[in-house]
Amino acid sequence: MTGLRYVYAVCRPFDAALQSQLTGVAGAPPKLLHHRGLIAVVSTVPERDFAEEPLRAHLEDLDWLTATARAHQGVIDALTTVTTPLPLRLGTVFRDDSGVRMMLEAREGDFLRTLDRLTGRVEWGVKVYAESAAAESAESVESGETAQGPDAENGWVAGKAMSGRDYLRRRSQSVKERESGLRKAEDFADRLHERLASHAEDSRLHAPQSAQLSGASGRNVLNAAYLVPRAQSEEFVEIVDRTKGEMPGIRVELTGPWAAYSFAGEKP
Amino acid sequence: MTSPSRLPEPYGHDGGANLADILERVLDKGVVIAGDIRINLLDIELLTIKLRLIVASVDKAKEMGIDWWEDDPALSSGARRKELARENAELRERLAALETGRAQEESP
Repeated sequence: MTGLRYVYAVCRPFDAALQSQLTGVAGAPPKLLHHRGLIAVVSTVPERDFAEEPLRAHLEDLDWLTATARAHQGVIDALTTVTTPLPLRLGTVFRDDSGVRMMLEAREGDFLRTLDRLTGRVEWGVKVYAESAAAESAESVESGETAQGPDAENGWVAGKAMSGRDYLRRRSQSVKERESGLRKAEDFADRLHERLASHAEDSRLHAPQSAQLSGASGRNVLNAAYLVPRAQSEEFVEIVDRTKGEMPGIRVELTGPWAAYSFAGEKP
Repeated sequence: MTSPSRLPEPYGHDGGANLADILERVLDKGVVIAGDIRINLLDIELLTIKLRLIVASVDKAKEMGIDWWEDDPALSSGARRKELARENAELRERLAALETGRAQEESP
């Protein structure tokens, strides 16, 4: 079986050892490929999965993609604990080590500049969700209407339920509440973003995530990434923690520390 | 002084990490380098875009001024942009239709 080289990240040389149990994409342990003042973190992947055609097919397969993305992230995560990696995008594959070396040489200046910018920094992800009690009570109004037994399909007509007019009024009320809850959450998110950005070296706003993919409850109104020096991370995290529970109906979520994925590209 | 070595415990990492977060970063952020196996970068971009359409509530993204498909250097060629915009619009329509359908299912 022939092997290709999968590249996870580029780093400056570091002394610490990677976890001995660490496996990368396709199960092979990652190794360090030194070239001049840089190292590429690579592992061997089978050609039958990572050559152009099979890889393209795999990218359409969400299960495969999930496992591969997690393995990729696992290696980047391990690197983040010992150095500052410059994470590459998933699916960067070379025929052999010399291809990787050529790439390192061609991009040397970029890599060194970006690594200088990122060294000692990590990325924190902060998301704000509008959980809005109004949204929930609206749902319970609706489900209350339908949960009345045999007549449930006829909704409010059944039994002692309220009149149609009342029903509509309550519905429109709850829609209004939901909207105002959303607006409040957005204002909160704006203020939080401003505060966090002032405690970070850089920030990026990402597109909000849909609940269908993330499985998170509530509506995602802020999905941001912040570049924070390691030494100030504790403080940053405390700021985020303090906002939790600050406002009813709003949930703040923190993820990280990540490698500086969102800041690894050229500055916009 | 806080000691720089004391990083807070990772939040939401390892097995429990949100897949959407991982895909968002691993597929869509990070440095793009053309390997010498030509996994056509464009394909990855397109896939990323499709996923992003699922990940993102697109309207909200536009409201917040996120127009990554317009300024991503890997997507900057005019023709490609147009094609993407068309695909984007089409997918958005389908998404809206799906959401409407779902909303109707959920409410009595």
